[in-house]
Amino acid sequence: MIGIEHYVVVSSILFVLGVLGIFLNRKNIIVILMAIELILLAVNLNLVAFSAFLHDLTGQVFAMFVLTVAAGEAAVGLAILVIYFRSRGTIAVDDANRMKG
Amino acid sequence: MDLAHSLRLIAPETTLSIASLILLLFAAWSGDKASRTLSIAAVAVLVGCMFLVAPALCSGAMGPDVMAFNGQFRADAFAAFAKLLIYGSSAAALIIAPAFFERTGSMRAEYPVLILLAALGMGMMASASDLLTLYIGLELNSLASYVLAAFLRTDGRSAESGLKYFVLGALASGILLFGVSLTYGFTGTTSFAGISAALQGGIPTGAVFGIVFVLAGLAFKISAVPFHMWTPDVYEGAPTPVTTFFATASKAAALALLMRVSLEAFGSQAIAWRQIVMFAALASIVVGALGAIGQTNIKRLMAYSSINNVGFVLIGLAIATPQGAAAMLTYLVIYVAMSLGGFVAILMLRDDEGRPLEAIADLAGLSRTRPGLALALAMIMFSLAGIPPLFGFWGKFVVFQAAVQADYVALAAIGIAASVIGAFYYIKVVKIMYFDEPMDAVKGRSDWAHGALLVIMAVFMSPLGYLLTKWLDGLAQAAASALFVAA
Repeated sequence: MIGIEHYVVVSSILFVLGVLGIFLNRKNIIVILMAIELILLAVNLNLVAFSAFLHDLTGQVFAMFVLTVAAGEAAVGLAILVIYFRSRGTIAVDDANRMKG
Repeated sequence: MDLAHSLRLIAPETTLSIASLILLLFAAWSGDKASRTLSIAAVAVLVGCMFLVAPALCSGAMGPDVMAFNGQFRADAFAAFAKLLIYGSSAAALIIAPAFFERTGSMRAEYPVLILLAALGMGMMASASDLLTLYIGLELNSLASYVLAAFLRTDGRSAESGLKYFVLGALASGILLFGVSLTYGFTGTTSFAGISAALQGGIPTGAVFGIVFVLAGLAFKISAVPFHMWTPDVYEGAPTPVTTFFATASKAAALALLMRVSLEAFGSQAIAWRQIVMFAALASIVVGALGAIGQTNIKRLMAYSSINNVGFVLIGLAIATPQGAAAMLTYLVIYVAMSLGGFVAILMLRDDEGRPLEAIADLAGLSRTRPGLALALAMIMFSLAGIPPLFGFWGKFVVFQAAVQADYVALAAIGIAASVIGAFYYIKVVKIMYFDEPMDAVKGRSDWAHGALLVIMAVFMSPLGYLLTKWLDGLAQAAASALFVAA
């Protein structure tokens, strides 16, 4: 029998993978955008699982809002990435170091 | 709780959203040459909204009468206090922008629209009384802020700061959301009142994780240690008017949201988060002070100074009493005025071709070439350090007084000791301006709007500011008590 704890464990694993994807990734910024999506999907899984478990619709409504905002966030992120690429000619993470201290 | 009543309560938000959409249409229609007109219109809208929210603060509105949309949104005295601060500093960010952007021809018509949208999101953050409203307000503010940080499209530093702000801000939103989902799962509701009621008896382990994740996400937004790494880079790279906006309006909104969440939703379980906030407060004060010492760029210095100041505000939060909350609000008003003055003074530092100067070394001997500007900047620095005759001292005084009254003497003592370290770098700036050989780097003529704002902020920070203490305290008490009635 699959209970609520299984869902929470899976979503926690996805969340940790997303966070590690941001911090351990030394290659390219697109991967960071994918890691952020992974984090948001972990949250959605959590919300929908709790919503079903509690017999309460709020969690599913919340998940719809998160999906919508995630789309907007990806659009803004990619737009900023394009500006950055135009001025720098690279999207490697290690090159984002014009400012230090 | 009918629809008409709810609509009346969200009048400032509807005004802002409709105005920003109309201005966006105008911006698309008439292009960048209309940006000055659009800025003036946006300032008028913000001032109008300030008049709309002011009555709620003066009458000390609180309780169920000011709940809109079945408890999603709350227009009480606390929200009104925060919104006055947010709208006021957003208007200031609009007033100082044209003179900065027009020199390089980069004043675009989107700037006032983005500021209005960010201010709308911040207002919703201050009014949130449900985790869903909190998230929508936070993202509305954040998405507009990411774009604003990267506003100088041809400048590599601005693009880099926008990118860093986006990546770390999105991570913070993700962490916050994960906490939100856990809190929802273990309390069964997303409304602050419901969460507070569910936690009354005791706190499940899952909800503790929820609180920790939510606080970590919010610590990112207020740039408290250990989540402060983005602040110096973003403050340095973003265009100076945008940095001003981040240091004043964004900070006020995020702190208001933090107070709402921790005192209203998690207020019944203060034991669960008090030690985290205490650690963040003291670590922010120390890291902000130590990090600022080696800086050569004045915008980076102000970034560390803002980390340092957030620590003092968090001391008020750690106490979790109405006095502590009132002290936080008083400190916040004074801090916003000080950093607004500081950044306006930085905007006025230009060389003979009008290029902005940001190196602290360029300030050498400023007292001989531009005595007025040097005096104002020196007052701001002394005020940020909390030296007594200036108004900045009052903010630190009320916070430490609240801490001592609530029997947190050790916390207050460590805070005071650490604020002495901070005084070092503020006074170093004053020493460079007054005692070093003149560099004669600051030449450019100043915009009258900058001068006027700087004079107003300098008068507010001078000992004359103490005439306002009684009034300011009364408003802060009214706002803080609204927060505790709800809980």
